[in-house]
Amino acid sequence: MEFLRDPISFIGNWLEGLLLGWKMAPSAATALIQLLGAFIVGTFSLALVIFTIWVERKLYARIQDRLGPNRVGPWGIFQTFPDMIKIFTKEYITPDGADKVVYNLAPILTVSAVILLWAVIPFARTVVGSDVNVGVLYIVAVGAIGTLGIIMAGWSSNNKYALFGAFRTISQMVSYEVPMVLALLVPVLLGRTMGINSLVEAQTVWFAVLSPLAALLFFFSAQAEIGRAPFDLLEAESELVAGYQTEYSGLKFGMFYVGEFLHAFTVSALTASLFLGGWRGPGAEQWPILGMAYFFVKTFIVYFFVIVLRITMPRLRIDQMLNFNWKFLTPVALVLLIATALVEKGLQLVGQDSMVLRTVVHLGMNLLIVWGTVEILRRSARKERQRVSEPRPVAIAPQTQASD
Amino acid sequence: MLNDWLFIGLFFLIVAIFPGAPILIAGLLAPKRTTPAKTQVYECGMETVGDTWVQFKVQYYVFALTFLVFDVELVFLFPWAVAFDKLPLVGVVSGIVFILILFVELLAAWRKGVLEWV
Repeated sequence: MEFLRDPISFIGNWLEGLLLGWKMAPSAATALIQLLGAFIVGTFSLALVIFTIWVERKLYARIQDRLGPNRVGPWGIFQTFPDMIKIFTKEYITPDGADKVVYNLAPILTVSAVILLWAVIPFARTVVGSDVNVGVLYIVAVGAIGTLGIIMAGWSSNNKYALFGAFRTISQMVSYEVPMVLALLVPVLLGRTMGINSLVEAQTVWFAVLSPLAALLFFFSAQAEIGRAPFDLLEAESELVAGYQTEYSGLKFGMFYVGEFLHAFTVSALTASLFLGGWRGPGAEQWPILGMAYFFVKTFIVYFFVIVLRITMPRLRIDQMLNFNWKFLTPVALVLLIATALVEKGLQLVGQDSMVLRTVVHLGMNLLIVWGTVEILRRSARKERQRVSEPRPVAIAPQTQASD
Repeated sequence: MLNDWLFIGLFFLIVAIFPGAPILIAGLLAPKRTTPAKTQVYECGMETVGDTWVQFKVQYYVFALTFLVFDVELVFLFPWAVAFDKLPLVGVVSGIVFILILFVELLAAWRKGVLEWV
């Protein structure tokens, strides 16, 4: 019964007892169990990619009115394995003049940066890799390593297209980090903690309900951080061959894809944990295994929207991409942060701490900001339409004298 | 607490091995037949002209600077948000003034035309 309720803690405690029973030093036993846990979390996240690649290809195909993978196994579910074997036997081609060390390190760094995020994601109340008290800062810090990997790949390939791809990466990933960090500040402010597991525990009302705008801001800026359509300028195949990964082949190329697919899923898991209540749900406190189920259901729902966004949106132009960030997302995020702080302190000063009132006030404040933003956008669009519709100066053809 | 950081330390090691090991194994399995034509840099089928590390648009640099201002200052807001309960009204207001300065910075950059992609 105890095993069914919380299998992972049960196995952990059992292992610790076993190791201590073998007269092992307690610190060594803890270290060994931590190592095992780290190994399991890492393996699990990489094994997840095999499944998410299939999910994504299948959904992609269905939306484009195709069948998608349907030969290997039921509904083509094992399609990824032959693909994996094939990519394992592909030759590595290193271009002339590449910076070998940086060139080989880049794919490893890109994948590592994504797997590192899984260290702080809580699967259930008791099942969490590491509940550090600076979890949100850890996410921001580790996310920056991924950018570094892509810049390294573009710079060391000795290819102009790869370098252009890397430049676009710098401007895009770095820009979208600003609204992402601002949006992450809102749950930190509402939960008064930076640990991810404590943030999940603080969500008696989901933060997506308290502050839907913050959830949307995080969701969209995270899409740009992943670097997929509609923000896939860094590997725009019609402009830059394949961007930073042009000169990569074999499994090194494959690793960039693993990184991208895993990042998409990781961002969904983060959105689910930070804004949709993570493992919270009826009975999840007593039955951590139920919490795990809730967590994965929520993650897959968010992941579905990530995929649909990728499939149905055309690519943005670089100036549109930067305008969207600096002139829309960042100001809205700043205003939202100020308003959230004011509302929180105001409620505290008045002495009202009922959850219903707090939810209603926050939700109303969010809707007010949305209404204001839409109004400003509508006005600027009207101005722009007027500017476009005005008669423009046209070059007049020079009058030629009719000569005889 | 210390165990949490032990986990992350071990995780850093494991995470480097996970993508690294398959790349090494694939390197052993894969054929190695390099020819001069194969290792040429791929730039639309033409032979590459000149140096790779060319001059780039100054706009990228300007955006990187704008980002730097924001990112360095945003880190200071995290402790402010965590300690929100214990802060007096003055502390909250000074935090908001700090964010407002950031906002003015953004507006100034906007006005100066830094955010235009030219």
